[in-house]
Formats: sequence, structure tokens, C-alpha cells
Amino acid sequence: MTSNGSSPVLDASGVTMRFGGLTAVRNVDLTVNSGEIVGLIGPNGAGKTTFFNCLTGLYVPTEGKVSYKGTVLPPKPHLVTQAGIARTFQNIRLFANMTVLENVLVGRHTRTKEGLFSALVRGPGFKKAEKESKERAMELLEFTGLAKKADHLSRNLPYGEQRKLEIARALASEPGLLLLDEPTAGMNPQETRAAEELIFAIRDQGIAVLVIEHDMRFIFNLCDRVACLVQGEKLVEGTPEVVQRDERVIAAYLGTPFEGAPGADELAEVEAAEAAAPSTNSRTEDAQ
Amino acid sequence: MATITKNPAPSNDATPGPLVKLPAPGARLATIAGSAVALAGTFMAWTWTSEFPGDLTVTGYPAGLQVLVLIGAALTLLFALSGQGIRGLGWLTPGGANAATRLTALGTLGTIGYTMGAIAAELGGVVNLEPGAWITGIGALIAAVAALALPFDQPYPADDSDPGAWARFRHSLTAPAAPRVSSKLPSWAEILIIVAGFALALIVFTYGIGTEGAEPFIGFLITVGFCFTGANRAGVVSRLTALTHKHRNVALTAAFAAALCFPLTQDNDYFALIGTNILIFATVALGLNVVVGLAGLLDLGYVAFLGVGAYTAALVSGTSSSVFDVQFPFWAAVLTGAGASLVFGVVIGAPTLRLRGDYLAIVTLGFGEIFRITVNNLNGKAGPDVTNGSQGITQIPDVVLFGWDLGQPLDIAGFTLGRNANYFLLMLFFTVIVVTVFRRSGESRIGRAWVAIREDETAATAMGINGFRVKLIAFALGATLAGLAGAVQAHVSYSVTPDSYKFASTAPPNSAFLLAAVILGGMGTVSGPLIGGALLFLIPAKLSFMENYQLLAFGLALIILMRFRPEGIIADRRKQLEFHDTGQLDVPEQRLPPEGGVSATKAGA
Ligand SMILES: Nc1ncnc2c1ncn2[C@@H]1O[C@H](COP(=O)(O)OP(=O)(O)OP(=O)(O)O)[C@@H](O)[C@H]1O
Ligand SMILES: [Mg+2]
Repeated sequence: MTSNGSSPVLDASGVTMRFGGLTAVRNVDLTVNSGEIVGLIGPNGAGKTTFFNCLTGLYVPTEGKVSYKGTVLPPKPHLVTQAGIARTFQNIRLFANMTVLENVLVGRHTRTKEGLFSALVRGPGFKKAEKESKERAMELLEFTGLAKKADHLSRNLPYGEQRKLEIARALASEPGLLLLDEPTAGMNPQETRAAEELIFAIRDQGIAVLVIEHDMRFIFNLCDRVACLVQGEKLVEGTPEVVQRDERVIAAYLGTPFEGAPGADELAEVEAAEAAAPSTNSRTEDAQ
Repeated sequence: MATITKNPAPSNDATPGPLVKLPAPGARLATIAGSAVALAGTFMAWTWTSEFPGDLTVTGYPAGLQVLVLIGAALTLLFALSGQGIRGLGWLTPGGANAATRLTALGTLGTIGYTMGAIAAELGGVVNLEPGAWITGIGALIAAVAALALPFDQPYPADDSDPGAWARFRHSLTAPAAPRVSSKLPSWAEILIIVAGFALALIVFTYGIGTEGAEPFIGFLITVGFCFTGANRAGVVSRLTALTHKHRNVALTAAFAAALCFPLTQDNDYFALIGTNILIFATVALGLNVVVGLAGLLDLGYVAFLGVGAYTAALVSGTSSSVFDVQFPFWAAVLTGAGASLVFGVVIGAPTLRLRGDYLAIVTLGFGEIFRITVNNLNGKAGPDVTNGSQGITQIPDVVLFGWDLGQPLDIAGFTLGRNANYFLLMLFFTVIVVTVFRRSGESRIGRAWVAIREDETAATAMGINGFRVKLIAFALGATLAGLAGAVQAHVSYSVTPDSYKFASTAPPNSAFLLAAVILGGMGTVSGPLIGGALLFLIPAKLSFMENYQLLAFGLALIILMRFRPEGIIADRRKQLEFHDTGQLDVPEQRLPPEGGVSATKAGA
């Protein structure tokens, strides 16, 4: 599948996550190459978010290993971020009572060094680093279109902007790979389009993107490659055209076809309806 | 909003009006007249004997509680006149005059009512009241009732069409936030206002410390409570706060200067001792604020770190009751005390901070008790003799700094500073250090990491923050600051005993009071714990007659405060928005995406 021949940024192999008797993720392999946008789809409860948590060290995978640019990652979230993987959350997890700017500055944590001592002494080095961090954070707010709201508390932002702020905060850690968990959930069509543009712009900065999404039109527009997860297992992986047409994917989303299954055109109709309806997303959210 | 304030429609039956129905101009006139009468009454005798604390027998010279009522009545008068539109008073009430008038009028009535009740109860009957008290009482009553008839400062929320009397009463005490204006004053005038503000604060504070007897102090609390809330509603407080934010360094210097002047205003060295103890307590509370307010870690045994610092400094102070035959210079003793606290902080924190949730609270609670019991047992009988057990380490010598013995009175420029005043100045130096540490660490990479951990630990670690490390730094820093204060405390009080470091007792410092000072005062702010600490120190000291009921009253007061002002006395911007997210949104309402958006936000919370 690595047709464009570029080096893998992320290489997950044999990742398995068990919660007691439940295997949420079963032996999943996935690579993301530099400059690529990869999509991860699958019905509710397929294990997509769990897989993300395994990649970022929030869960210690029962089996398997995850490596970033050739080095195996320890299962500690802060070390994963330090290495260069940043993420957003399906349920927005901003620092609600910090300002927009402060949220992004927290994202800079791994790229700055100043400890308690230099904060107390406030030498020139400290001031310079603070200034640079602020400048970089403002650039990112500019990039995501939130610069005007830098002083607002993040909890007061409208929903779509909170999602953008989460992306800005993740970008502040200067990642090589960005993991987005349902970035357009709850957005209206215009906002979704804007998010699409934003993700392309991020890719153009040389950051690889792995994105979970239920909005099929969005995913197939955006991604170079799509993997479909069903009941914890990777069902198919390939270009959007391949995945879109795969019988098993359609079956997974609509239930296994039975004797005298509905006609192909009916199927396509249902699929289109599903892809278009934003209400699918809100149902997803409530399921969490 | 402003137009509605000016054109109230109390006669309109559809909108809920004030509690008392009177035409607004008449009500205002009655308020003015009533408070003028009350004011006049304070110049007359209130009782015939000077047995009642504060000598209220002299005509023409208000004293004690009379001064408090006088101030309350004068403020009511000013606010009411400002509401009348008298030129030159507009600056007093940028946020609306009516709620402020109501509050000060009620406060005045409360103080005079309390005074009359106390006189009658203590001297045996209402016959002990002279006409002056009755005149003031009736004047204050008229003013309060008339003030209740003044129109609301902000219209009643439309969704509740038939509110009960209590709801209307509570609403009548609220006011809209004062409009933010860019001040046109020259900056020297603004600085002058700040200085005046702090001078006023110093006067109020000194007055509170100097009150003799429980009655004047209770009157003081009533008056200050109502008048401060009134000034807050009127919007002057937020104006002043805006100014202090604008000239932050000036404000800090002014606050420091006001504190520096405190011992000079005291001719009684005992009050300077109270001041020193307040400063120690408040400084420790500020140190705890790093742990609780910034990093969000619940530390229930914080006073033990104060104890570690105090005991360590006492052991190396050269007193004959210490087992160590060494005498460190003061600076070395302070460093040793702070260092010992730091070590204990790391030892306690390292194993527990790896865990999430309430483990830290339990472990620190245990540590606090273990410290006290251990110190009690290291008496030569139950264990090795280190701390003299419950006797404690006594006869700690006075601090000598650069050849200056702090135990000796000091004369500067005609003022004599007694021993306690000297220690006040020494402690003030450490308070400034702790304030600086708090501010600088809070506004830095590490401080942001603390707040991020407090807000959402999972998200914070996903942003690359090493949660354990950052929390340990906060915890150890907090312990060190307490140790610093403890080293001074040991010298101030000549002795250290295990019983002064309990989890809860009726007198500060103890862990429960420290935590309460932080929460009451306002978490995450500098001034909050300082004010909360001062209050929590003074109240038990002044109201010692309540002894047996003190903890009960304390608990009740906490519950009431948390019900009505959960963000504490001083709210940082964050907390204010967190608990009262109406009205103050600095984001204009925007259309949310249809249905999905709202539910998803909820689910994501
Ligand atoms: N911490 C946990 N403990 C036990 N079970 C879990 C845990 N986290 C996830 N699961 C289970 O793992 C399965 C996969 O959940 P996951 O959240 O990864 O699904 P998802 O693909 O992200 O679904 P959605 O599209 O709804 O977000 C679910 O059955 C869920 O209940
Ligand atoms: Mg998910």
C-alpha cells in the first residue's frame, strides 16, 4: 500500500487491546507515511478511539508495538507527545477555564524547557522563551482563525471553534503526526468544509494526519488511504475508491445482507443519506 | 440596561417589583431622610454606663459601635444621593445605586439593631437605652424599609413571572456589572486613587484588629460585610480592581507600603503580634494556594509542613531545650527549615502523586497526624528524646540580623518599634517572597501546566505534560514555602509545641483553617488567601466567648458562603465565569450547529 514510497511516520503492528473479556482492538497493523492523510472508519464501538488511545499511550496495549519514525514508543502519553504525535479528543477536552491563548501555550509544553527555577528568576532566557512561545501560539491561532478570541475562556467558544482550538493546541507541540478523533462531529456542512481545508493545510505543512470520522463524504474527499475497523479488527485498507466499494464495509455499516438482500441502488441511496446526515454524528456522540 | 435603570416601572403589575411598594422618588427621599436621622443619632449617647464595651455614653463624640453605624449611615446617604443624580457623586455608583443603597441601609440597620439588642441583653433590659440609640434605630429602620422600595438595578429575568418574596428580595440586592470604561484620568490621579484605596484598606484592617471586646468586632463584621458588598454592587470595587490591574506594580507597592505602615500605626505591641501571626497564617495559606488553587491537589495535612519548618528551625536555634548544641544564624535556620519541609514534601508526594484521585488527601491527612503524634512521642520516654514531647522546644532565642537584635525595641524617626513590630517587618519580607514566588511560578510554563493538570489531567498528559513531575514540583514548592514561614513562626512565638499543628482546632493555624482560608478567600488568587487568612485568624481571636460553638459556627459560615459565593471573596476571572456563567460571557451568542452541537458538548464535558 505504501505506493508513494515515502518513509513511514507511524508504524503500528499487531496492536491488541483487551478489557477483561472484551477485545476492543484485535491485532491491528497500520502505517502512516509522511505527507499522507489516512482515514480510520468503522461503526460505533468498533474500537477506533481505543486504537488511538493505544497509539498515544493513554492505554498500554495488551500486545503489539507502536513506533514513530523508526523508534518504538513507550506507552506514556507525555513521551509520545514529546516524540512527535499530537492528538485531539472525540469528546472535546480543552482546559475549559484557561484562555484560548493559554490552551495553545500548554500545547507548547514539550517544546520549551523553562522549569520552576528559571520562572522564579525570570532571566532574559525565560523572557525570550515566553515571548517566542506566545508568538508561535498566536501564529497557530491565526492559522486556525481564532486569533481574535485569544483572550476568551475556551469554555465560552462555540462548538466548532472549540474543535479548531483543540487542533491548534495539538499543533503547538510541533508534531510530525496528528491524530484527529472525529474532528467534524457536530459541525454543520460549512464548518465541515472549513475543517477539510484546515486539514489539507496541515498536511501541506508536512504533518501526516490520521483521522477518525463517520462522515463518509468527508473521509473519501480527504484521505489518501482509508482503513476500516469492525469489531476491533481491520477489515480492509486501501484507497477511498476501493474501500467505498468494498462489500464487507457496506455490510458492516448496514448489517450483514440476508437472503433477498435489498438491491444495489437502494443500498447506495442509504449510504448517501448516511454520509450526508450530520445527525449520524450526534448519535455517535451520545453513545459515548 | 442603563435605560431600564433610569425608567423603572414599579407600578406595572406584569413585571415583578421591589418588596415594598412606594413611588421611587418618595422612597429615595425617605432613605435619605432616614439615614440622615440615623447619622445624627450616632452623635448622642446610646446608653448611660460605660460598662458596655466601647463607651457609648458621650454626647457629641461617637465611639465604638457608634462609629460603625455612622459610617454605614453616611455610605447609605452617599449612595442614595448618588442615585438621586447629585452631580459629583456619579463615580460612586457606576453599576447602579439602588442595590448598594439597599445593602448599606440593611447593614446599618443590622449594626444598630445588634447594638441595641446587645445593650439590652447585657445591661438587663431596654431601659438602658438612651434616646440616641432609639433615634438612630428608627432612622435606620425607615431608611432600610424605604430602600427596599427602590427599583431594581436590573430588570427581573423574564422567564420567572411570579417570583416569591425571597426571590425578589435577593434579586433586589443584585446589580449589573459596571460598564467597562477606559478611564480618562491622568495616570498620577489613578495611582493616587490606588494609594487611597490601600490606605483605606489599612485603616479598616487596623480598626478591626484594634476593636476591643466581641460586640464591637461583630458590629465591625456586619458593617464591613454589608458596606463592602454594597460598594461591590455599586461598581466602585470593580473600578478599583481594574485600576490595580492596570498599574499592577504600583498596586503591589502600595499594598506593601500599607502593610509596612501597619506597625507604625500600632502603639500597642500586642496588636503587632496579632498582625505578625495573621501574616504568618496568611502566608502559609498562600503557599497552600499553590498546591490547592493552582495544581488542584487536595492537601489536608499542610500544617505539618509548617510544623516541620518550625521544629527544624527551633532545633538549630541554639536554645538550651534543643538536643542539638548548635546555633545557626537566622538565614541558615530558615534555609534548614525550608529544606527539611522540602524533603518531607518530596517523601510524602513521590509515592502518592503517581495515583489519581483522593489518595493524596488521605495520605496528607495521615501525614499531618503522624507528624503531630511522632513529635509528641519523641520525648525520651516513648521514643528517643528529640523534641521534648508535649513540652515542646522552648526559649527559642530572638533573631539577630546583621547585629540587630529583633527582640529589642527599635527607634526610627520618632517611632518606637517593639519586638513584635520587628518580627512583623521580618515576616512581611517573607510574605513578599511568597507572593513573588506565587505570581512568578503561576505565570509561567510550569504554572500553566499546573492549571492544565487541574482542569483535565488526561488532556494535560496528552499535551506532553509529565503529570507526576509537575504535581510533585507544586507539592514540594508548597511544602517549602510553609517551612519558610514555620522557621519565622518558631522565633516569633519563642516555642514550638506539637498541639499547634493539628488538623482541626478552634484556633489557627491548623490544616482545616488553612484550607478554608484558601477556599473562602478565593482559589488561585494572591489576595484571596491573604484576606481569607486575616479573617479566619481574627474571627476566632475576637470571638473567643463562642469557644464551644466555634467550629460549629465556622462550619455553618462555610456552608453559607459556598452557597452564595462559591468562588470565594476574591474571585479570579476564571472562577467567576465558572460559577456564574450568566451575563458576563465575553463571547457573543452564536448559533450552534443544529441539535448535534449542543448534545455533543454536553457529552464531551
Ligand atoms: N476503558 C475501557 N474499559 C472497558 N471497555 C472499553 C474501554 N474503552 C472502550 N471500551 C470498549 O471498547 C469498545 C470500542 O470502543 P471505542 O470507543 O474505541 O469505539 P469507537 O470505534 O471509537 O466508537 P465510536 O465511533 O462510537 O466513537 C467499546 O465496546 C467500548 O465499550
Ligand atoms: Mg470513538
